[in-house]
This record gives sequence, C-alpha cells and structure tokens, in this order.
Amino acid sequence: MALEKITEIKGRGVYVAGNEIDTDRIIPARFMKCVTFDGLGEYLFYDVRKNEDGSDKQHSLNDERFDKASILLSGENFGCGSSREHAPQALYRYGFRGLIAESYAEIFFGNCTTLGIPCFCATKEDIKAIVAAIEADPSIEVTLDVANERISFGDQSVTAVVRDSARMALCEGKWDMIGELREVESRIAEVAGALRYMAK
Amino acid sequence: MSKSLFEKVWDAHAVKTLSNGQTQLLIGTHLIHEVTSPQAFGMLRDLNLKVAYPHRTFATVDHIVPTDQRQEPFADPLADAMIRELRTNCEETGVTFFDLPSGKQGIVHVVGPEQGITQPGTTIACGDSHTSTHGAFGAIALGIGTTQIRDLLATQTMALAKLKVRKINVTGKLGPGVYAKDVILHIIRQLGVKGGTGFAYEYAGEVFDGFSMEERMTVCNMSIEGGARVGYINPDEKTFEYLKGRPYSPTGDAWDAAVENWKSFASDPDCEFDDVVDFDASTIAPTVTWGINPEQAISIVEKVPTVEAAAEKDQPLIAEALEYMKLPAGAPIKGVKVDVCFIGSCTNGRLSDFEEAAKYLKGHKVADGVKAIAVPGSQIVDLICREKGLHTVFEEAGFEWRGAGCSMCLAMNPDKLIGDQLSASSSNRNFKGRQGSPTGRTVLMSPVMVAAAAVKGEIADAREVFDVKELVEA
Ligand code: SF4
Repeated sequence: MALEKITEIKGRGVYVAGNEIDTDRIIPARFMKCVTFDGLGEYLFYDVRKNEDGSDKQHSLNDERFDKASILLSGENFGCGSSREHAPQALYRYGFRGLIAESYAEIFFGNCTTLGIPCFCATKEDIKAIVAAIEADPSIEVTLDVANERISFGDQSVTAVVRDSARMALCEGKWDMIGELREVESRIAEVAGALRYMAK
Repeated sequence: MSKSLFEKVWDAHAVKTLSNGQTQLLIGTHLIHEVTSPQAFGMLRDLNLKVAYPHRTFATVDHIVPTDQRQEPFADPLADAMIRELRTNCEETGVTFFDLPSGKQGIVHVVGPEQGITQPGTTIACGDSHTSTHGAFGAIALGIGTTQIRDLLATQTMALAKLKVRKINVTGKLGPGVYAKDVILHIIRQLGVKGGTGFAYEYAGEVFDGFSMEERMTVCNMSIEGGARVGYINPDEKTFEYLKGRPYSPTGDAWDAAVENWKSFASDPDCEFDDVVDFDASTIAPTVTWGINPEQAISIVEKVPTVEAAAEKDQPLIAEALEYMKLPAGAPIKGVKVDVCFIGSCTNGRLSDFEEAAKYLKGHKVADGVKAIAVPGSQIVDLICREKGLHTVFEEAGFEWRGAGCSMCLAMNPDKLIGDQLSASSSNRNFKGRQGSPTGRTVLMSPVMVAAAAVKGEIADAREVFDVKELVEA
C-alpha cells in the first residue's frame, strides 16, 4: 500500500482559542452513536458552535472569513481526554489537514498522525503571531513544511516541531502502519508463541 | 541489568523496530466495545483482511446500553444499530462477546479483570482511554484509536513509541474517609493533566501496597486524566488472590507456573526510573473537582480559587472554568447545591464502591429534589450487590438502582444531565458537557462523598455527614 508522502500542507488558518480543548469538546459523545465516521465533520465543536436550537453561536468556525480554513490553530494540550478517533476524524472530515498548537495529548497526536494529519507544536508567541496575521488577512496562505519543521504565513516564517517519528512517517508515506505491520507474520507468531497467555 | 515492569513487559512483546523508529508491539489481549470498534471492522472489510487472533479479542457493550429499560430493540435506533453491529462483527469473526444475555456484560474495564482476562505481565489495548485501569494487575494497558484497533484485529500488533517511566511513591497512612479516588485526584492536581505526557506511571509505596485490587484499579484508571497513557502497580499476592478461580485464569499446574511467571515481571528493586515523585498520604484529604478538567481539584475543606490569586498563565483557564461551573470563587466548595448524584463508571462502579457507600448510606435519605442513581459496572457486580442486599440499601435511601453500563459517565445512553444541573459524580471526567448536557456541570469525587452529597443535597464532607472517625479497611 503506497501512501501519499505528506511533506507540506498549504491552506488558510483559523484559530480556536483556548487551552485543554478536550475530545468531548471537539466531538460531543452523543454524536458518536454511529457505525461509520462518515458525516462526523458536521458535528465538529458542536456544543461550542451551536445553540440548543441549532442556531449559530459566536465561534471562529462560524465566522465566514475563515470558512475556507484547512489549518487549525489552538493552545496547550489540544485533544486531551478520550482515545476516540472520532475527534481527528471529525476534524479531517470538516476539512482540516494540519494542526498547530502548543502541545497535544498523546493518544490524540497518534490518532492524527495515523490519519495523515500533521500536528505542529509551536510556541505561544509564534502562534500569537500567526493568529494575528490570519486575523488581519484571513486569505493569507499558511504553509506547514513538515520535512523542515517550519511554518510560513504571509511573508513570515517560524520554526516549529513535528515529533521525529511522526515527521518521518508523514514524509516517507508511512503514516498508516498497517502495511509494515503485516510484513512480519511469522515473527509475530514467534513472539506470541513464547507467551503462555496467548495460547488457545 | 535491572529493569522496571514496563521495560520487561515491553521487551517480552516487542516484535521489531519499525522504519519510523517506533516499536511494533504485540498486544496479547485486545478488548473492544461498541463505540470505537465498528469503524475498525469496516476498515478491515475494506482491506479484505481477517481477524488474525480472534481468541485474543474480547468484546462487551457498555457505553450506549440503557440502564433502566434493557429490552431490545432499544428505544434509541442509533444505539440499537450499534449493539447489532457489534454482535454481527463478533459472530462473523469468532470474537468472544459478553453480550447482554450472557450475564457477564459490563463496562469493559470492569469485565476484563472480573473474568480474569486481565493478567500481570501482559499487554492489553482497547479503543478506550481508560484502558490504563488494567495496569492495576501489572499489565501494560493502553488506550488506542480506531485505526489501531484495525491494526490489532489484523495483526495483533501496533506501532508505539516507548514511554518513559515515572515512579509515584505514596507513603504513610491515609486518614479516615480518604479513598483511592482522593489519592489519584490529588496526584493529578499536583502533577497536572499534562504532567504524564510521554510517561507510564508506576504507582508504588505503602498506600498502593495496602490497597485492594479494586482500589488499585481506581487509581490506574485515572492515569490518563494525568496525561499518562499507562499506569501500573507491580503484581503481588493480592493480585494473585484476586485472579485465582476467575473464568480465564489458569488452573492446576498452569496456575503455579503462571504465578511464578507473573512475579518475574515486577520491577527490580534497584531499577532506575526516568523520574520519581513522592507524596505523603497523610496530607491527602477528600478531594473534589471545582473546574472543567480533573486537575482543577481542591480538598473539601478548601475554597474555590479566584482568578486574581492564580499565576497569570493559568488565569484564562480558571476564568473559563469558573464561568462554566457557576461556582462561588473564593468561597468554600462545601455547601454548593447538587442536583444529581451518580455512583458508577469504570473508576468507581465496582463491588467495594457500592459496599463502602452503602455502609454509610444506611439509615439516611437522599435530600429532596436530588436525583440519585447507582449504576453497577457490570452485571456480575449488580448480581453480587443484589445478593448482598446492597441495592435495597440504596433504594431505601432514595437512590435508583440501575442495570450495568457506563451510564452518566458520558451519557451516550438516556442517562443525562438537564440544562446546567450540577452532578456529584464518582466518574473520571468533568469536561464541559461530559454528562450529556452542553451546560451540565460535573464535580468529581469518591463514591462515599457522592453519598454524602446526596444526603445533604449539597457538596459535603463525608467525614462530617457520616461521622467517619476510624480508618475503614476496604
Ligand atoms: S465508564 Fe466512562 S470512562 Fe469508563 S469506559 Fe465508560 S464512558 Fe469511558
């Protein structure tokens, strides 16, 4: 299975302010009553975007200046909480292809990488600068250079971090591991065979 | 060379180093439930792959099951579709399913240990972040996403970067009325919700040694709330005692061999850790959350923080939490009115949780206007509670006694908060909207503290309400 090499993401940015934005916020549990991920994008950030009657609240994702955004910016520990892949799936299906935050929760980070969504870690100051630039002109292009760990926006650019294993996986088209995991069936059987509790 | 349990288990399960530098790790035990697995089975079908080791995957249904009316079809067609999908997937692939009629259904993190599937020295994964619970047995137990569920179904392995290990020592004695829940809330409060990122937590010291297996599970369960993907306790005689005679535990000669093998996984006494943190048990009081993440916790005798007194960088989150929770900044949390009381979940929905709460509830009544529900973590917990008459104690006090499931922990079933109701909850997450209403408010605490809140109709110090003086052994 050859996967796309994800070395660069270009798009417009949008900022969802806040730290500790958890997976319940990204996709409220009641929308996880589904047997496929299709259609999840619609419910992204639902409770912070919508009033109970379905009308819009004030939220950057409801702001039409940012409705073409494909890169999401946020604060610290983004995606904390549950292991639900529904969260990155909802982001992906809404149209996000890259994330910039100060830090991420572990499982969320791994889930995003497996879907081919690069998660860039940037400093608070740099995020502020990017946000200021997109607020001033929502149409500027933000470029996530995965290979060189740089974020460019307008005529500025800052360094950022994409964790080694994720960067390698994305750049070499190995972000979905299933192919490689399946290569070594007999070695798996050998390791399993040495473990008593694995016996039938 | 001496090694920690984490390293020993890791080494015994490492298949190879992958091209991205991660390890391909064999996961001996795979647990699944209805919310995160159907999409993985779908991906498997799309790729035309089979389940490689069906005898090592075990399924249960927990998140969406109604806890009052359990007849199928469920009133909610979406929930009904989910249970049918899981049933079909298990039938087609040969995966064992602890289905509703089996009498063994329950929350996945209650069922695994109860069945003896959770064993020391093993690797366990489940598409659920509270899989860390199983670490109480000295297993390396990880929450995973749906794509990794697919990887496990197809290969019984997954890609993972090795974690560092932080040893958390809690020494000394806990005061009366202070429980495992208070210990873990205290640890998270001190180390933060991000503190454990990149770490496995090894819990060690007198307090954990003295804990029952159920108390150990409460602690390991919430490791993820502190950012640690894995939390574990070295296996000891209590672990073996708990496992003996369980349906999936080894028997006869195989039992003795297994115990020897399990012992060998415990961390070597002189092994080194990437980090060590010490806590003094005597400083831990009954702890409750006041905010919107589990780190925003205080002891019951403290006051809700104010924005002004906080460090500047913490101010926005504190302001956000105070606004959402509508709590009196700078005033005691004790005395805040509660609307709903919930005892249950994979954190505190086991036999000892109901026993302990029932012990104090006896002879008391739930305050007027408070809705109180007790939800056993599994059908077996339910059965034993009934045999012991605990459900009558709860019912006589004014609690509703329900069927087994996750229930109001995340409210994917009909049990939900309404509007901005405030819930005293024995669960593990106080995120905005967690208990089913976008404006609902959750205050986390131990089951006995929930019982006290139910009786008083407000957040209360169980030690006062129930006149707790002695140290009660579980
Ligand atoms: S009880 Fe709550 S935390 Fe535990 S598995 Fe169920 S929903 Fe998740």
